[in-house]
Amino acid sequence: MMRFLLLFSRQGKLRLQKWFTPMTEREKKKITRDMTTMVLSRQPRSCNFLHWKDLKIIYKRYASLYFCLAIDNQENELIALEVIQRYVELLDKYFGNVCELDIIFNFEKAYFILDEFLIGGEIQETSKQMVNRSIEASDMLQEGDSSEWFEVELFG
Amino acid sequence: MPAPIRLRELIRTIRTARTQAEEREMIQKECAAIRSSFREEDNTYRCRNVAKLLYMHMLGYPAHFGQLECLKLIASQKFTDKRIGYLGAMLLLDERQDVHLLMTNCIKNDLNHSTQYVQGLALCTLGCMGSSEMCRDLAGEVEKLLKTSNSYLRKKAALCAVHVIRKVPELMEMFLPATKNLLSEKNHGVLHTSVVLLTEMCERSPDMLSHFRKNEKLVPQLVRILKNLIMSGYSPEHDVSGISDPFLQVRILRLLRILGKSDDDSSEAMNDILAQVATNTETSKNVGNAILYETVLTIMDIKSESGLRVLAINILGRFLLNNDKNIRYVALTSLLKTVQTDHNAVQRHRSTIVDCLKDLDVSIKRRAMELSFALVNGNNIRGMMKELLYFLDSCDPEFKADCASGVFLAAEKYAPSKRWHIDTIMRVLTTAGSYVRDDSVPNLIQLITNSVEMHAYTVQRLYKALLDDISQQPLVQVASWCIGEYGDLLVSGQCEEEEPIQVTEDEVLDVLEGLLVSNLSTPVTRGYSLTAIMKLSTRFSGVNRIKKVVSIYGSSIDVELQQRAVEYNALFKKYDHMRPALLERMPIMEKTATNGPTEIVQTNGETEPSVVEPKHLPPVTQPANQANDLLDLLGGNDVVPVIQTTMPTKPASAGGELLDLLGDLSLSGGPATAPASSVPTSQPSFLLDGLSSQPLFNDIAAAAIPPMTAYNKNGLKIDFTFERANPNPNVAVITIHASNSTEADMTEFVFQAAVPKTFQLQLLSPSSNVVPALNQGTVTQVIRVLNPQKLRMRIKLTYTLKGSPVQDLAEVNNFPAQSWQ
Repeated sequence: MMRFLLLFSRQGKLRLQKWFTPMTEREKKKITRDMTTMVLSRQPRSCNFLHWKDLKIIYKRYASLYFCLAIDNQENELIALEVIQRYVELLDKYFGNVCELDIIFNFEKAYFILDEFLIGGEIQETSKQMVNRSIEASDMLQEGDSSEWFEVELFG
Repeated sequence: MPAPIRLRELIRTIRTARTQAEEREMIQKECAAIRSSFREEDNTYRCRNVAKLLYMHMLGYPAHFGQLECLKLIASQKFTDKRIGYLGAMLLLDERQDVHLLMTNCIKNDLNHSTQYVQGLALCTLGCMGSSEMCRDLAGEVEKLLKTSNSYLRKKAALCAVHVIRKVPELMEMFLPATKNLLSEKNHGVLHTSVVLLTEMCERSPDMLSHFRKNEKLVPQLVRILKNLIMSGYSPEHDVSGISDPFLQVRILRLLRILGKSDDDSSEAMNDILAQVATNTETSKNVGNAILYETVLTIMDIKSESGLRVLAINILGRFLLNNDKNIRYVALTSLLKTVQTDHNAVQRHRSTIVDCLKDLDVSIKRRAMELSFALVNGNNIRGMMKELLYFLDSCDPEFKADCASGVFLAAEKYAPSKRWHIDTIMRVLTTAGSYVRDDSVPNLIQLITNSVEMHAYTVQRLYKALLDDISQQPLVQVASWCIGEYGDLLVSGQCEEEEPIQVTEDEVLDVLEGLLVSNLSTPVTRGYSLTAIMKLSTRFSGVNRIKKVVSIYGSSIDVELQQRAVEYNALFKKYDHMRPALLERMPIMEKTATNGPTEIVQTNGETEPSVVEPKHLPPVTQPANQANDLLDLLGGNDVVPVIQTTMPTKPASAGGELLDLLGDLSLSGGPATAPASSVPTSQPSFLLDGLSSQPLFNDIAAAAIPPMTAYNKNGLKIDFTFERANPNPNVAVITIHASNSTEADMTEFVFQAAVPKTFQLQLLSPSSNVVPALNQGTVTQVIRVLNPQKLRMRIKLTYTLKGSPVQDLAEVNNFPAQSWQ
């Protein structure tokens, strides 16, 4: 399973944190510090995998944001890279040419999208369109439209 | 009271802060406003306030006062409130807080809500952070939703079930009926999460595993689904770079791995599809390679036929040539895992692996180095060593220590000739001398001592190296020791292997004295060189210069040097008649091939004050019949037969004093614990004990390392017994003995160990993985640890007792001191 996902800027400012196992605030802060230090000090053309404690850390930079995903030791690193890529594509579709500012000002949306893609450290939906449709429908709900209409459309 | 500012406005404001202090001030102001708003129980703006709080929490500020507010939001009827409330719960609450239990009822209601997106929120939250109690309470609801026809909810329920099983493994059974037709779904989300659920169940319970293998015929179903994915045409919804749903493919391959492991029928049923995936997957992008990687892992783990295995290794070989360094890294890691089992197949890719030593990426270099050492054997040692030494020269400092140790180990195992061995060691010492581990110094000295015909050559080369550079301490220490021991060969120009150099006794003493005064020398090195100078007093013709040096250091500030100098002085003055015998050549130390208790071979009663490296000598136990040796010592040179060390007559603590020979020579008296019974009392007792103890290097009393209990809990007891591996005394061999005093057998017993990064650990296969009940038998497993200094270990035990899996972690700190000295 995936253990945590962190997004941070080149200056080390945290933009999103998703933890899939219970941790104290102190532990989370320490891990975040460790990750930002480790990842930001990597040479530009190194491979995207690191070892940290008993986990594998997969990281990739997209424009000004670093995506840092921790997986169990027996997980497949290469597919983890695809997971990060998929999440970025989902954000891109939703925000339209997503950039760091979108994630800063709409962090709660970034979380909602993530929660339609992953649950409990595992992928719940492999179709980009399905995820996007669920988010759009939820957004509509938020605007107070009648819920039954959209449920019928998205069933099955 | 004016409406609280909007979230986006707050974010904008905070970002204008130019200093940390300014930001803190803004945050505090806003937090105060939010707090008063919470106190007023304002329903309209609660959502907005909590959202702002979550933002500030991400910046690192405390937000615990918002926890209860999240609960209120979750309980609200508005979807917007619920959305933020659940998000806040996932970010701010975890199972450590008692507050989170209050969520249980809300979640239960929302799991039965009429709107699927509300149900979805509840399932997601439960699946991410539900505690064991919550899971117990709500498992029934999850199970119901697992059977719904709504695929949106079914996929979420499946992952929620996975989380429930992880938290409360006993509940696994109740989800079994619902899994019956999960795989007949068309929806990929449900398929994927179902495979995850089945994987979790099979991994946790062998009963489930065999049930799914035999009764449900899972393998054919999975093979069919995988085949459809590969053969079906372009599907826009699931396509990634021309491959249909790679995530699902990878998950299916993983489940197949678990089903096929140790099961011939299942493995055979998946043979074809694995070959098909391995040969047909497009490899131009990372996605394809991700699938191939998973396929290779599956092939290696199941009972595949040899053709398939070779195919897998060749895929890894192709990965090694890939431009993408991630792929190369993954290939090296996988090859490292398979090098033990498929050694010959991996050997074929040796040259590619060795090329990876020159890679720019640090992680790749490290993996390539580890793999290269694993591939060294008697046939390729010369070629491999050339590459590895070249690597040692040019690699980063962080690699040098490990590489040097690896080179020593490999050289020891496969050296084609003694000359080659010594040349290799010289090369390492001169190029990476300061990174060599301290404990390799005694090993090298032992090796040199035993290569009798190379003594002249060795001492000459070491002497020349010293002339060039005295900064690398391990080199200097070995060189000093050799010069002290074989200085006579040096000045007499006896070298056969290469052109003998002309060097006078004075020149040699110049060099050694230079070491004593140099700022580059550590105290240990100084000790070596002083002792070496002293030893030369019996090998060189002129002793006056040596006497002078020794007496000067009698007043050295360094206590160790002072003590030695004073005692050597005493040797010149009062005990000159003992000096030749004391400073005689070191005898050859036999290395035994087995890992059993080592035997000392004493070729004669010759002894040498082993003060050279007192810290490396384990406590010595004195065999009872060494009293006779003493008499021989002062007389002739009789050969003494092999003596077993397993008959201690002295308490181990006396070993310390026996070691510190010079301590024994102090004029104030002998060691306190020396039993006088085996010793003629007319002799001065201290000299006696020191001489007869004969603590030659580290070949002693391996059997004297006492066993220890590493773990004893819930009926499972794990004892460690120790041996020191010969020929390499740097490797401690620990055997674990696991016994079970409960009434039921412990099955699936797996013992795992981890050590701090400075050590290397090798875990061999266990004798079995069932620990029989009521202490009827033990499971044994061998651990080999390289460089065991101050050994600490973390162990993880997993086993199944009466159907439920048990897991425990423990730290082992009570290793006896002798195991790492």
